[in-house]
Order: sequence, then structure tokens, then C-alpha cells
Amino acid sequence: MGRHVLLIEDEPNIIEAIRFLLTRDGWDVGTHSDGSDAIEVIQAASPDLVILDLMLPGKSGMEILRGLREIPALAGLPVLMLTARGQSRDRDMAEKAGVSRFMTKPFSNAEVLTAVRDLLAHASRQ
Amino acid sequence: MASLNLLVLVCLGYVVMLFIVAFVADRLAARGRSRWLHTPLIYTLSLSIYCTAWTFYGAVGYATRSGLEFVTIYLGPTLVMVGWWWGLRKLVRIGRSQRVTSIADLISSRYGKSNSLAICVTLLAVIGVTPYIALQLQSITLSFSIFAEADPGSVYSDGASVFYVASGLAVFAILFGTRNLDANERHHGVVTAVALEAIVKLLALLAVGAFVVWELAGGIGPVMAQIDASEIGRWNVASGRWITFTFLSAAAFVCLPRMFQVLVVENSDERHLRTAAWAFPLYLFLMSLFVIPIAVVGLDLMPEGANPDLFVLTVPLSQGREGLAMLSFLGGFSSATSMVIVAAMALSTMVSNHVVMPIWLSWHGEGASVSGDVRNVVLLARRISIAGVLALGYFYYRLSGGGDALVSIGLIAFAGIAQILPALVGGLFWRGATRTGALVGLVLGFAVWLYTLLLPELGGNFLSDSVIRDGPFGIGWLRPLAMFGADDLDPVVHSVMWSLLLNAAGFCIVSLVTFPSPLERLQAAQFVNVFDHSVAPRGWTGSIGQSEDLMIMSQRILGAQQAQDLFHREAEAQGQRGYLPEPSPAFLTRLERELSGSVGAATAHAMIGQIVGGSSVSVEDLLAVADESAQLLEYSGKLEAKSAELSKTARQLREANAKLTQLSVQKDAFLSQVSHELRTPMTSISAFSEILRDTDGLGEADKTHYATIIHDEALRLTRLLNDLLDLSVLESGQVSLNMRSGQLFEVLDRAEAAALAGSERPLLVRRQRDEEQFALHTDLDRLAQVFINLIANAQKYCNADHPELRIKVRAVSDRLLVDFVDNGSGIPPDSRAVIFEKFTRVSGEKAGGAGLGLAISREIMQRLDGNVSYLPGKSGGAFRVMLPLGARVAAQ
Repeated sequence: MGRHVLLIEDEPNIIEAIRFLLTRDGWDVGTHSDGSDAIEVIQAASPDLVILDLMLPGKSGMEILRGLREIPALAGLPVLMLTARGQSRDRDMAEKAGVSRFMTKPFSNAEVLTAVRDLLAHASRQ
Repeated sequence: MASLNLLVLVCLGYVVMLFIVAFVADRLAARGRSRWLHTPLIYTLSLSIYCTAWTFYGAVGYATRSGLEFVTIYLGPTLVMVGWWWGLRKLVRIGRSQRVTSIADLISSRYGKSNSLAICVTLLAVIGVTPYIALQLQSITLSFSIFAEADPGSVYSDGASVFYVASGLAVFAILFGTRNLDANERHHGVVTAVALEAIVKLLALLAVGAFVVWELAGGIGPVMAQIDASEIGRWNVASGRWITFTFLSAAAFVCLPRMFQVLVVENSDERHLRTAAWAFPLYLFLMSLFVIPIAVVGLDLMPEGANPDLFVLTVPLSQGREGLAMLSFLGGFSSATSMVIVAAMALSTMVSNHVVMPIWLSWHGEGASVSGDVRNVVLLARRISIAGVLALGYFYYRLSGGGDALVSIGLIAFAGIAQILPALVGGLFWRGATRTGALVGLVLGFAVWLYTLLLPELGGNFLSDSVIRDGPFGIGWLRPLAMFGADDLDPVVHSVMWSLLLNAAGFCIVSLVTFPSPLERLQAAQFVNVFDHSVAPRGWTGSIGQSEDLMIMSQRILGAQQAQDLFHREAEAQGQRGYLPEPSPAFLTRLERELSGSVGAATAHAMIGQIVGGSSVSVEDLLAVADESAQLLEYSGKLEAKSAELSKTARQLREANAKLTQLSVQKDAFLSQVSHELRTPMTSISAFSEILRDTDGLGEADKTHYATIIHDEALRLTRLLNDLLDLSVLESGQVSLNMRSGQLFEVLDRAEAAALAGSERPLLVRRQRDEEQFALHTDLDRLAQVFINLIANAQKYCNADHPELRIKVRAVSDRLLVDFVDNGSGIPPDSRAVIFEKFTRVSGEKAGGAGLGLAISREIMQRLDGNVSYLPGKSGGAFRVMLPLGARVAAQ
């Protein structure tokens, strides 16, 4: 089971918080803050899991997700999407686009950890 | 000798009696007990206003001057009454069916209700009748002066008496001519009084005649001998003058406004004409019976130079028969007053209906025509017109100086009035006569009459002698008294011939070449065929075979179901077995009524007429159909306008809806932005608080670091909330401005200090303090807030290695411009349009702001009557704050 998580998020404080949580839980955390080249970065890093913010500079998380699902090698990559926008429409769109888990900020730390563990355990069983 | 005072008393008494008679007759008519007023006798007697003072006194004078020619004055009306009573009957029938109020109204009505024609006829009548009224005033004054001469003790002045006479007549005419507004313009009181006066003048003339024949001359035989011996008796007939004068008096009898008034307007029953046809000629015969004897005896009896126009009065006076003279005077007085009163009434009706009211209505607009005060305006207009007509007569009398000049005016007036004849007769009998033709004829005839008769008669003031002698500009064939070289004609004959010839020719030719309007044609048909139009409602008869056709037509108009129901009900009511009823007259009438509800009365009538064939469809019917179609077209036009209006409303609704939708989208976007901006710091706070709480063994440095993050994010939240509240207050317009006076440089100092306080990135602010010396009167705190935002933006976003901000101040006309230009790369063109929108941050920038700063600045500047804008084309990011300089001036 891989332990590589890639976090794509533009808020420095949130990056720091998630990195702290996951690192402490034993994950290998990479980060990236720009949406425009996110897909290439993901392809290059080939993580086991991607945590993707919805509102990113350059390209929105939704677009990135769709882009990922169009790439066969990445079609099954678990993606945990985070959003600070409180719209249920976003959840629907994300589910249609093939998101693995959708979470609204602010989240509790335990939620994030559980979600990451579940997603990776699920992926490794397949 | 009868004193003048007695005469005045008798006159006043006579007038009072007339008042009473008129009053009683009016009262009776008002109570509906006017049957005895509507007798052929009263009608005939009222026609006697034809015999004015000019005929009462003047006929004798005429006879002494021109012999038997005076007979023409009586001959014309007699010929009309006897030979043309059928024409008069037509006139009366039209007058009643069209509710005609005057001759002007009749002409106007015949030619498509043209008011220009009415005005033309009114003018003609006023010009033609005014001298005539002056003549009456003169005759009354003259007869007064005869008595005054005979009464040495009297203080008498012609001028004063004519004024009182004119005023008195005006009062009488106003009192009885305008007491009420009858739709038919009938005046029972006046007519009855006029009839009474007719008797008085006839009796007076007969009495004087009898006196002359049997007392002075000694019987019929001696009088005849005396007549034979005198010049007057010679049968000296100038046929041209005879024919002309007879024709003129005949024309005047029909066309004179006062004659039209009694003949047509006051006529209550056209059968009266039958009586009048013989009775009025008889009256005229009696009036003329003793003219020659009085003239002959008077010439014999009276001293040389005595005015023969007054023989009727002076002959009895010279014989000491004061009672008879008094009666004679009353006769003359009656002739004059009845003529003046009726003429003034008739003219006032024309003037007020065709001149005053159209002007008044056009001033007051259409709305006035439904309000009650029109009635009062009409009455007032009538009264003023009566006073005006009499005033005209009075002034004409004073200007012409009275005397002989007036005597010949009677025939001249006749000739003027006769110009109406072609349009009148043509209108009655010729359907092709048109409005333009009538107008051309009238104007031509009137002009020729004016030029060839009235102006030469009035003398040198109007036409110079050279014009009369040589023609205008020396054009010989245009000489007023010898037009087209007709040299040796009597002036009146000459004028009547040319004016009527040109009038009639113009009328006919123009009528032939012009095309009448539908209304004209309709009126023409109603006038010319007045006897064909039965007043009784038209009934239908039809046969059963036509029921099916009727059914088909009705279905088309009423709709299948409704038509079938209607027919079925009717069939049941008639006891028929099928669904088709018998087309009985009752059913057809009902059907016509049903149809007319949908297609209009005329169309319904024409349609049923087509099927049942009971009557042919007349031109009138077709015109009515055309009118209805026009109304339908107008109606559908209105519907179209309505539907255009509706679709406009729909479009506006759509636009409003789209705007609302857009607003709703904007609101959603705003809320989701606010949510994002709130949740983001909240997430950090939440995450790090949990970390601090749940993680054992954190180092002090880490603890401090995480606590600092929590603190920063909390501050960020506070800032955001402050900004949101600020913006919401500004946008709702509920912000209260704190207007104070201050110096621009002080505000900039404060803003610079506040913006740069505690910042880590260095920013060099360059200012020219000497150009910042502007006194301001504005909300200094809000202005500082804008400046702080702009400086802080530069400090945050300027991407130069050594960030610099230049603040430049200058005044341009009435505005103060404050530019903030930094040396960074500026704002990308595609972002410039949105930087003032809420939550807009130029992509890639993360500087802790919520993106509300510029939106707030924009709102603030709007409240301060200025603005803030991005300045493209500068080297770096550049913003301009514009303030109205009026604020500065106000502060000084």
C-alpha cells in the first residue's frame, strides 16, 4: 500500500495543517498550490491519493478532476475534494465528475485522517 | 299737435305690449299649449318681416321716383310663394330633417358640414344685412324727427334717438331671441310678436290708404284719374331693371337670413306653406294696394321738396290727423323693429354657431363640449352677437351720415344676399354640387358684387374715381360699372348680372371638376332626395327559401352555435317543425338587431337586404357600411396597438425577470464567495486548535507558531466581517457621511502612515507636498479609507524589485485628481474590468484581503460625488481618485 499523498491547495495555513496531520499519521505528503499545471504535477508525482481544493488559482479543482478522469492511468486515482464554498451543487458536480470523497471546510482533523485512510485502504484492496 | 313725449310714450307702451305678447306666447309654448301659435295664419304673418320700413315708407318714395317699378319688390316674393312653393317645401323639409338653424347652417350642412362655407355665408350675410339694419334705424329716427319738427317744444336729437332705438331693439332681441336654447331654434314669443306687428303695419298702411283715397281724393274714381294724369301712372317699363329687381327680391326672399329664419327655422308644420302660398301674396297685395294713390296724392298735396319716403306719415300729419299719423308711425315702427329683431337673431345664431363657437371650442379643446358651460357660452355668444349686429348697424348709420345714401342700399343688400342663391338652389336639386364649387361660386359672386356695386356705391373712399372711370391699372374691361365692356347698363342690373353669372359659372364648373367627399355625397343625397327618405322604420318581408341563406350568413357572423340556437328558438316560437323559422318581419328585425351587435347596424341592414331583397342597398347604406368598416379598421388598429403594448410589457417583464435572475445569480455568487472567505480562515483556526489540543509533546516554538496562525486567521475573519458590514452599509445608501474640512495633504499623510504601519514589504511613497495644498470639505475619514486601500494595494501587489508608489495631485477645471501610480507590472488588461467587483483578486495573488477593498473604495467615492478608476497606459498599476472641486471651494 503506497503512502504518497499529494495535496493541491493554495491556502498556506491549510497546507501546513494538513501536512502536519498526515505526516504525523505516517503519510508521505507532497504539495502544490497552482491549479493551472496541477494535472501535469499529479501525473509526474503519481501519488496514491490526491487531496484537491476546489477553488484554486489558474484552474478550478473541478476542471482538474475532470482532466484526471480523462487520463486512463489516473481514472481510478482516489481524489478527496475540499471546498470552502457551501453549495450542494458543487457536491453533485464533483460526484458526477468522479470524485472519491467530498468534504466541506472547515473539517475536523479526524475526518480528514479517516477519509484518507479509508480511501487508500479501499484502493489497495482493488 | 301731438307732442313728441306722447309719441315716445305710445312707442314704449307698444313695445311693452309686444313684450307681453311675446312673453305669454313663450309661456304657452313652454307649457305645451301652443297649438294656436302654430297656425298657418301666424306663419304667414311672420313672413311679413319681408316688408320692412323700407317697404312701408320707402315704397311710396320709390313709386314717386320710378313709378310702378316698386311692384318688383312685391312681385319677387309672390312669384316664389305661388310658383315655387314646392321648392320652399323641400327647403322646409330639409330644414326640419337636418335640424338646420340658419341659412349658413343649411349651406354648410349640405356641403359636408363645411365650416368654411358657413363662415363665408355668415360674413356675406353680416355685410349684406348691416346696411339694411342701418336703414331701419334711419327710418325710425326720421319718423321721430317728423314728429319732433311738428313739436316745437321738444328737445330732440337724431343721434341720441337712434342710439336708444338700437339699444332697445338689442335688448328686445336678446330677451326673446336668446331666452333658451331650443334644438330647433324656434322662438314662439318673437314669432307671435312679429305676427302682431304684421297686422299693425298692414292696418296702418290700409288706414292711411283709405284716408288718402276716400277722404283726400274723394273716392276711387278721382284717384284713378289723378293717377292717370301723373307721371307715376305711366307704364314705363325698363325690362332689364324689372326682371333684375323681381329676380333679386325673389332671391332675397329665400336667402335673407331673417326670411330663412321665419320661413324655414320657425316653421312648425310644412302644410302651413300651402296657406302661406296664397295668403302671403294677398298680404303683399294689400300692402302695395295704396302705394300709388298715396304717392300721387302726396306729390299733389305736399310742398315741393318734401321727402316722398315719408308721405305715409307726413300726409296724415299735414291734414291734422294725428291719430292716423300715430298709427302710421306705429306701422313703420313695427316694420322696422320686427325686421331688426329677427335679423339680429338670425345673424347672431350664424355668428355664434359658425364663428364664435368653433373658435371657443378650439381654444378650450374637445373636452369642453361635454361640459355644461357650453350652453352658457352659446347663450352669451348669441347675446353678444345680437348686440354686435345692432352696433354694426348703428355705426354704419352714423358713418354713412343717414340721409338718401341709405335708401338705395336696400337693393344693394339684396344683390349681395342673392349670391347665396346658386349654392342654395344647386344644393337642393343637384347632387353633383360640391363644397369647393359652392365656395368658389360664393367668393367669386361676393367679390364681383363688392367690386361692381357696394364699393362704387360707397364712393371715393374705397374706389377712386379714376378706377371707376378707367378701370384698375387702366384695364378698361375691368371697370367696376362696365365689366367686360357692358357699358350702358343700370349699375344694379350690371352688378347682378355679372356677379350671379360668374357665381353660378364658378359653382357649376368647379363642382363638375371636383370630387365630393363621402360625407358630402351622403348629405347631397339626403338633401336632393329628401322626400324619398321615408321616416318610418324599414320592415322586412321574406320567404322560407331565404331562411337557409340567412342561416348561413348568420353562422358566419354570430358563430355556428349561437346562430343555430337563435334560429331554432325562433322556429319553435313560430311552431315550425324544422330548425328553420319562417322569415317573418318580426324575426328579420330581431335578426338584424342581433347581427348589428356584431357588424354594425348599417352592415346588418345591407346584408339582410341583400338576401331578402326587400329593398335595394342604397348609396347611403353603402356609405354607412363604409363608415362602419372604417370604425372596425380603427378598432382593429387599436387592438393592434394594444397587442403591441402587451408585447412591450411582456418584453419589459422578461427583461425585469432576466435582471432578477441575474441579481439572484450575483447574490448566489456573492454568498458562495462570502462562505469561501469565511470558511477558509475558519478551517485553519479549527485545524490548528485541534492540533494544539490533541497533540502531546509539541515544542514551544510550534505551539507559538500555531497559535500565531490561529490569531492571524481570526484577525482575517474580523477584517472580512468589517469589510462586509462596511460594504453593505455603503451599498444600501444608509451611510451617514461625516463632512469636515481639512487639507488634502493631511489626509494623505494619515493614509500613508496607516497603510504602511506594520508592513513587512517595503514601499517607497513619492509625494510632492507642495501640490497637495488643497482644502477639502468632505468625509475625511472615508476619503482616507480609500487612500489607505490604494496605498495598501500597491504595497501588497506591486511586484517590482524596489516597489515605489508615486502620488500626483492636480486640479482640472472643477475636479481634483489624485493619481496613485506604482512601478510594478500593473493589472493585466483582462482583469481591469473586474477589479472593482466584490471578491475580485487578480489571479495568483494571495495577500490576505477578501477582495472587497476596491469595491468599498468605489462605493465611498460614489457617496462623495467623485469616483475611483483604473488608469491604463501607465507604466505600472495606476489608480485615479477624482473629487469634485466644488467641495474645496465650498470649504474656503
